[in-house]
Amino acid sequence: MADLRNDLAGIKSPNPFWLASAPPTNSGYQVMRAFEAGWGGVVWKTLGDPIVNVTSRFAGLNWKQNPLIGLNNIELITDRPLDENLKEIRECKKAFPDRAIVGSLMEVPVREKWHELVKAVQNAGVDGFELNFGCPHGMSERGMGSAVGQQPDLIEMVTSYAVEATELPVIVKLTPNITDIRHCARAAARGGAAAVSMINTINSLIGVDLETWNPIPHVDGKSSHGGYCGPAVKPIALNMVNECARDAEVPIPISGIGGISNWQDAVEFLLLGATNVQVCTAVMHHGFRIVEDMTDGLNNYLDSRGIETASELIGAAQNRITTWENLNLNYKIVAEIDQATCIHCSKCYIACEDAAHQCIDRNVVDGTAMLVVDADHCVGCNLCMMVCPVEDCITMAEIETGLPPQTWKQRTAALASTT
Amino acid sequence: MATLEPVGALALPEVPQLGEPIHKPLSDLEVKLEANRCLYCYDAPCMRACPTHIDVASFIGKIATGNLKGSARVILEANPLGASCARVCPTEELCEGACVYKKDDTPIRIGDLQRYAVDYVRNNGIDLFTPGRPSGRRVAVVGGGPAGLSAARDLRLFGHAVTIFEAREQLNGLNTYGIVPFRLDYDVALWEAQQVVNLGVEVRAKTQIGVDVSFETLSQDFDAVIVACGMGNVPKLGIPGENLSGVWDALDFIQRAKLGKSLGNLGNHVAVIGAGNTAIDALTCAKRLGAERVTMYYRRGEDQMTAYEFEYEFAKQEGIEFRFFCAPVKIVGEGHVSAVEFVRTEIPKSAGKQSPIQVAGSEFVEMVETVIRAIGQTRLRDVFSAAGIETVDGVVKVDEQLRTTREGVWAAGDCIFAKGMREAMVVEAAEQGKIVARSVDAFLGAAH
Ligand SMILES: Cc1cc2nc3c(=O)[nH]c(=O)nc-3n(C[C@H](O)[C@H](O)[C@H](O)COP(=O)(O)OP(=O)(O)OC[C@H]3O[C@@H](n4cnc5c(N)ncnc54)[C@H](O)[C@@H]3O)c2cc1C
Ligand SMILES: Cc1cc2nc3c(=O)[nH]c(=O)nc-3n(C[C@H](O)[C@H](O)[C@H](O)COP(=O)(O)O)c2cc1C
Ligand code: SF4
Ligand code: SF4
Ligand code: SF4
Repeated sequence: MADLRNDLAGIKSPNPFWLASAPPTNSGYQVMRAFEAGWGGVVWKTLGDPIVNVTSRFAGLNWKQNPLIGLNNIELITDRPLDENLKEIRECKKAFPDRAIVGSLMEVPVREKWHELVKAVQNAGVDGFELNFGCPHGMSERGMGSAVGQQPDLIEMVTSYAVEATELPVIVKLTPNITDIRHCARAAARGGAAAVSMINTINSLIGVDLETWNPIPHVDGKSSHGGYCGPAVKPIALNMVNECARDAEVPIPISGIGGISNWQDAVEFLLLGATNVQVCTAVMHHGFRIVEDMTDGLNNYLDSRGIETASELIGAAQNRITTWENLNLNYKIVAEIDQATCIHCSKCYIACEDAAHQCIDRNVVDGTAMLVVDADHCVGCNLCMMVCPVEDCITMAEIETGLPPQTWKQRTAALASTT
Repeated sequence: MATLEPVGALALPEVPQLGEPIHKPLSDLEVKLEANRCLYCYDAPCMRACPTHIDVASFIGKIATGNLKGSARVILEANPLGASCARVCPTEELCEGACVYKKDDTPIRIGDLQRYAVDYVRNNGIDLFTPGRPSGRRVAVVGGGPAGLSAARDLRLFGHAVTIFEAREQLNGLNTYGIVPFRLDYDVALWEAQQVVNLGVEVRAKTQIGVDVSFETLSQDFDAVIVACGMGNVPKLGIPGENLSGVWDALDFIQRAKLGKSLGNLGNHVAVIGAGNTAIDALTCAKRLGAERVTMYYRRGEDQMTAYEFEYEFAKQEGIEFRFFCAPVKIVGEGHVSAVEFVRTEIPKSAGKQSPIQVAGSEFVEMVETVIRAIGQTRLRDVFSAAGIETVDGVVKVDEQLRTTREGVWAAGDCIFAKGMREAMVVEAAEQGKIVARSVDAFLGAAH
């Protein structure tokens, strides 16, 4: 049994799995159920001046048989009175003192208003705050959410409003709807944030109904752009987390959010620099119970590798990401097809033929297509392996080039010195 | 009391295979597709339909996330017989029959996925469970079949000392000796038993209660006794010629086949009397052993067959012939069977479930060289009367906690299986073993 305990900027939880601020953390009833299921912490549904929501609110992106690989929403922050939320926070904290409860806040950029909100929520017994500078729809039109998160100077200013009103750790939740997230994370750090969390949802439109020409989802025939999340956004989130993790001007821990569905996704976030993770869409899809396999799977994974504490994973692979110019140009791999497991679908062939480098030979023998890689011409792009439906049927084998490692940087430097 | 000699690791004898297994394991590709096709239903009907209530959505979800160890734990926690059940459960009648995809006729292949996950721990030698803190209490289990093993496993997790008394050489009862090898390998059955033994269960093999050790010794030496001795042999047909060579009890027949022992020359034509699942096993076993013609004879009609529909289909595919509405009246032969005389039967038209009656003058003779009786199993009445526990029609009387009429004595498995309920099944025995273990644990706790 590995030690899964987590500490994000002083906020402690029994495991690194938190619920993100979203519908699953909307009420005390839900949070109690979540804690019973084993979640280590929750970020409460964003608190602020109660708003009015519309119907409908969500739409899903399905891809072939896979439902909900992405989710779009036009929901706003909590639509329940602050007092009610605070009373329930108090009850949850009392019932589960070992779990983390973080209050997510949104407010117009006015110092007094922030102080007031921070103090009120602090009195409910939260372990810390998360500032929602990310919500990309609705609230941003009113100067909040991503309207703040898209301007580093505003991020810094509003962060300081919250930080000066409390001793508790303040996490700043960032929007991905920017060009370079590091500028936003640096601003949060300058403003005194104890941690950053990312990503909030990405501006998106799911689609249009071909019959009615109504947008999906629609509110009485109209819609506005929404926020996109779910498995499809994971690569974007991973990159942003890693960019901040490697940035010297972001010397604070990161809570990773975006498309995390299982323990494997979580391990990837930790390895690339997140200290813990938050989950929303996967719970909206399957319920709180998924945390059982998250903790069990993480535990078994750590045990199988002889790793004693989950926190040893944090950032352990983050510096394997570098800039392109630092990659070894003399590293070569080529595709290899395992004839024993090949099911002869020729997917690899047509992918390579039409979209890569025409280096898979295809011979039909007794009606069955036999596929063989022309190793001399294969550029090792991975495409055939990616399209092959059989796991481990196409593998990429390392080729000994006999050449010492050389990066683009080294090559151009060498060229410059010879000329 | 006599000192108990624990047996060491169970030996795996070389056993010849009776042809291809019916179910091949799923390939990795099939597993991936199937595990991701599952909807992970909430309060899933498949889970409710499993007599041991394995959390199917959870174990399949864990396969999908690559947490195979966790997956096997979910299965085996709920069902200590998860390895054999994955192979022998009539899943069409249980979990897969209840799967929400069944409407489209493509239920998730739950049994095969279960096998995949459990095979992972089996092939990698992964231990999942550790015994509980010693309670100082001792429990005797009579019979090391599925019911006894299941009870023993959970009792060890509760921390009680357990001794299994098993009449045979090897554990796991009919899983080891009775279920045809093309359904369940001998080594899977023994591996499964070994997992229970590894938790520190003392095994006294080749020790028949009532013959080698008396029941009273048990009740004196142990704090609780669990009767899990299953059922007995197939009863006689009660017709002339039954002692000729070439006339078999289906269970002996299957057991010899499974252990690779000689069955002599089966001849060209094998007759199997009876129409339950055991009959199907005897039929298909005989066919796979090389008999040219194998025919089932049944005194009722096709609709009244007690074998599962899919078993019947399987037998048809294996090339079995079926004769309905006929009963054997005489087995003929000199030393060895050469023919059986049958009489036609009919079911009286009046209301209610009627016994078939013989049609006078309709006798006919079939040339057969082997006769296998598969008309149910007898009850082990001697054991029960020696134990001083009440029975009804040879079935041990128990309450819902599986307590017998004698204090300190429980019963589980086929020995409490009454006619008219669903088929006796390994998975039912496993569930009853769990219930018994909980009941005994509560009793021992209260008696502290
Ligand atoms: C031919 C056949 C095929 C079957 N196929 C299937 C199938 O495909 N799927 C399925 O789910 N079920 C099947 N079953 C049913 C299943 O095998 C039983 O329901 C299950 O084995 C019952 O478990 P048990 O532990 O109660 O009894 P058993 O498996 O009979 O085990 C009882 C054990 O007690 C021992 N014993 C008996 N008397 C004594 C004594 N006096 N002292 C010490 N030990 C004693 C026996 O040697 C035996 O090992 C089949 C049964 C038969 C006969
Ligand atoms: C319906 C919905 C409502 C959300 N509401 C909030 C919110 O009130 N505050 C907030 O900080 N993030 C909110 N989010 C964003 C999530 O917390 C999370 O950042 C995002 O969904 C990415 O994680 P995921 O891919 O696990 O869903 C919401 C997301 C959804 C789908
Ligand atoms: S999930 Fe369905 S039933 Fe529940 S609130 Fe939404 S639309 Fe209504
Ligand atoms: S894609 Fe994979 S399975 Fe299909 S032909 Fe190529 S190697 Fe074989
Ligand atoms: S009913 Fe079918 S789809 Fe639903 S959880 Fe069970 S196996 Fe999966």
